[in-house]
Amino acid sequence: MPMKAIIFYLLALLTVGSAAVVAFSRNIVYSAFSLLGTFMGVAGLYVLLAADFVAVIQVLIYVGGILVLIIFAVMLTHRIDDVAVSNRSVGRIPAAVIVVSVGVLMGTAIVSARWAQTANVRVAPTTAGIGDAFLGPYILPFELASVVLLVALIGAIVVSRKEIR
Amino acid sequence: MEHAVLVSYLRWIVLLPLLGAAVNGIVGAAIQKRYGKGAISVIACTVVGLAFLFSLRAFLHLWGLPPEQRFLLDRLLYWIHIGDLNVDIAFWVDPLSAVMILIVTGIGGLIHVYAVGYMHEEESYWRFFTFLNLFTAAMLTLVLADNFLLMFVGWEGVGLCSYALIGFWYKEHANTSAGNKAFIVNRIGDAGFTLGVFTIFWGLGAAGHASAVFRDIVPYAHHLAEISVLGVPAATLAALFLFVGATGKSAQIPLYVWLPDAMAGPTPVSALIHAATMVTAGVYMMARLHFLFSLSPVALNVVATIGALTALFAATIGLAQNDIKRVLAYSTVSQLGYMVLGAGVGAFGAAIFHLMTHAFFKACLFLGAGSVIHAMGGEQDMRRMGGLKEKMPYTFWTFLISTAAIAGIPPLAGFFSKDEILWKVFASGHRALWVLGFLGAGLTAFYMSRQVFMVFFGECRADHHTRHHLHESPPVMTYPLLILAAGALFAGFLGVPAALGGSNRFEQWLEPVFAVGHGHGAHAVHHAVEPIEYLLMLVSVGIALAGIFLAYLMYYRGSLSPDLFSAAAGGKPYEWIYNKYYIDELYYATFVRLTFFFCWLGASFDRYVIDFIVDGAARVAAFLSWLNGWFDNLVIDGIVNAIADATFALGNRLRQVQTGNINLYLYVIVGAVVAVQFLPRLSSDILTTILFAVVVALIVIGGAAWVFARRPLWRPPVLRGGTTQSH
Amino acid sequence: MSGALFEIGLRHFLCVSLFVFVLGLYCVLTRKNAIGILMGVELILNSANINYLAFSHFSSGRYDGQVFALFVIMLAAAEAVIGLAIVLGIYQNFATIDVEATDNLQG
Repeated sequence: MPMKAIIFYLLALLTVGSAAVVAFSRNIVYSAFSLLGTFMGVAGLYVLLAADFVAVIQVLIYVGGILVLIIFAVMLTHRIDDVAVSNRSVGRIPAAVIVVSVGVLMGTAIVSARWAQTANVRVAPTTAGIGDAFLGPYILPFELASVVLLVALIGAIVVSRKEIR
Repeated sequence: MEHAVLVSYLRWIVLLPLLGAAVNGIVGAAIQKRYGKGAISVIACTVVGLAFLFSLRAFLHLWGLPPEQRFLLDRLLYWIHIGDLNVDIAFWVDPLSAVMILIVTGIGGLIHVYAVGYMHEEESYWRFFTFLNLFTAAMLTLVLADNFLLMFVGWEGVGLCSYALIGFWYKEHANTSAGNKAFIVNRIGDAGFTLGVFTIFWGLGAAGHASAVFRDIVPYAHHLAEISVLGVPAATLAALFLFVGATGKSAQIPLYVWLPDAMAGPTPVSALIHAATMVTAGVYMMARLHFLFSLSPVALNVVATIGALTALFAATIGLAQNDIKRVLAYSTVSQLGYMVLGAGVGAFGAAIFHLMTHAFFKACLFLGAGSVIHAMGGEQDMRRMGGLKEKMPYTFWTFLISTAAIAGIPPLAGFFSKDEILWKVFASGHRALWVLGFLGAGLTAFYMSRQVFMVFFGECRADHHTRHHLHESPPVMTYPLLILAAGALFAGFLGVPAALGGSNRFEQWLEPVFAVGHGHGAHAVHHAVEPIEYLLMLVSVGIALAGIFLAYLMYYRGSLSPDLFSAAAGGKPYEWIYNKYYIDELYYATFVRLTFFFCWLGASFDRYVIDFIVDGAARVAAFLSWLNGWFDNLVIDGIVNAIADATFALGNRLRQVQTGNINLYLYVIVGAVVAVQFLPRLSSDILTTILFAVVVALIVIGGAAWVFARRPLWRPPVLRGGTTQSH
Repeated sequence: MSGALFEIGLRHFLCVSLFVFVLGLYCVLTRKNAIGILMGVELILNSANINYLAFSHFSSGRYDGQVFALFVIMLAAAEAVIGLAIVLGIYQNFATIDVEATDNLQG
């Protein structure tokens, strides 16, 4: 079914393209906004992978939370007059070397490895199942994660407070 | 000899003076300070007096025994018994030593009494009497010893006390030099004595009868004549060695030079040591060992010749001396020459007889001279004396009697003893020696009379002050003079020879001693009286009278000027005898300077070789310690500091990894992740492996280069470790 | 090959994830801006998520991968919060968020 393939390739293009903009743009605001495209594309790919709940959470959390936060931070921290060159990069050559080599290595691994494929490819709503999993086998990490979030909350407040003398 | 009577009182003869010396020596200063000088003199004179009484007892004991059994033995202590040498501290009295101990304690006691008066003003009074007692003890040890070793102890002891007493007034350098001279010259003699003892012991040992005890040597002494050393019989060798010792002690040529200088000591010392006792030790020793000398005619000839030469030689020097004690000193040397001459011709009895009479009149002469010096306030030059006979009658008359005795005027003691010797010399065939002795007798009479005339007769040549203070000496000094003069008068009668109707009791008494042993030493006392003996007697008296007359003319009447003789033959002979034939100068230029040369040699060796080695060792040690310190500073501290520095340097570099640059940190993280992830998965695919290796290498090398190439931003201050002290 | 191209399988998703990861890595290594670095980290996390879900879907018929992906999202959120709080703190102290400026403790 080429439909699935075309959608996949479009979403993949969106994701990778946005990621490229994030990586190569010299404007921090451009990078921040193209991160949006990346997140959305990734959400779409989640849908293709029959992970409906995760896709929605992705959009909610990543786009609605983290991205907003990043944009807030960008707006709060960069000087207006330096917008053009606010996101320079240094040491591009060594980084490129490392990155390319890592990519090649992993790419070779991906392509040549015989991945285990299961026959049981289900495309079904997953929410109930995830819910059962959270309160079943994964209860402990779930609770710990809530603690982590609490700590993060408090920590963020503490760290970013201005010292009042 | 085997029938010696064992007694236990002989030891007191030696021990009492020794005890006196010990008491006076150790606590004398305190006693003198607390109880005065009288206490010292009481202690000193009493012990000698008691020793005299014991000597008398021994003599009487001996007299009571039959002649062939007159031997007393007192064993005091077990001493040395090693191998063949078996000697004890034991005292032995036979007729010879009985005579000697009576002389030593008797005349010695009188001199002790005299010294109480003479040394009256001396501060170190106690020291004087300590040494006087010690000397007496040593002399008695010498005489009473029954073996060579104990005799040598006494021999050395008298030498030591002589040194101490001659140099008694040690604050004057001349006195200490005289003491040194006496001791050193005596030591040379002692070397000879020791060699003689060794020869005898060795010789007897080779014959199988080794012993050092006199009575055990006598029967086997003849073996010494049979054994030869380098062609010389051991007896001759031993006798000559022993004679060297005798020349040292008894002031014969060539070792007489100490005696005239010994006059630097107080006069009682001169009387006791250098007239009556110590100087006679040599003669006594030869008499004791007569049997040995008799075995060697060669030795006897040497002895006699030297004795005669000394007798004349010293008499010539005495002619020109002006010091009252010097004259007497050379006179002593001369008279000792007679004694030695007597021993040399085998007339040991006559020699001992002359020893006894000489002790009397020479002691009297010295004490009289001391009396004169005391009265003259210390003046000793006869040219400044004169006319003392009125002021000092006792001194004058005793001196006169003793002078007559020494000159050989009958019937005084000196006549009998000297004449006996001269007769024996003549009778044994030594005509030339007799001539020497004969001439010496004449000279003796001359210079002794010269002395009497210069001191006691004529006008007093002293200065006004001294003349006023002239007085006779106190009784404590004059009584001994009287007793000694009596001895000079009457002692001769003990030895009246058969020629004059006497029985020569003295020689009779000594006969058992000298009859023992082989050789021609034994002379029959009752020999046939030959006419020539009378002739010789007359001749010797004649020359004595001639000498006195000459002195009378020159120094009393003044009709013959002394300058006639002193200027005779260009004045040279006179100059020679006045300067004692320059013998002292000769000895100095040769032996003394040779000794100094060896001293210099030894000192140089010590300074340049020994010290060099010692200092060198010290320097080596110092150098090694410097090296050690340098090593410690450089190497040890270097290592410690280097470790600290290395730690610092490494830390300095490594902390620069903390650049604060987040990008670098991320690089490192990524690099680490890559390495960790892919390191175990080196695949068989060459390309992958190469690629991976390149990546890892790039990361590692780039990181290291970056770390170590960066300029350090901050150096910590240098802290040095180690234990160096600040310089 | 056309099958490989059109038949969307595990490898396709893995490649996408690889691209995103590589780009995120590049972003992390080269950016001077602190927030830029954080964006790179977000990209890396997303690529990990894609991996989880792809494997969950193709290799395992269960929900474990999705649960993990949810955890990752949660932690990414917490981390982003803290990170950005720190960045704001840095901005307050240094007046800039250039990572090369925060080298006071270097050496």
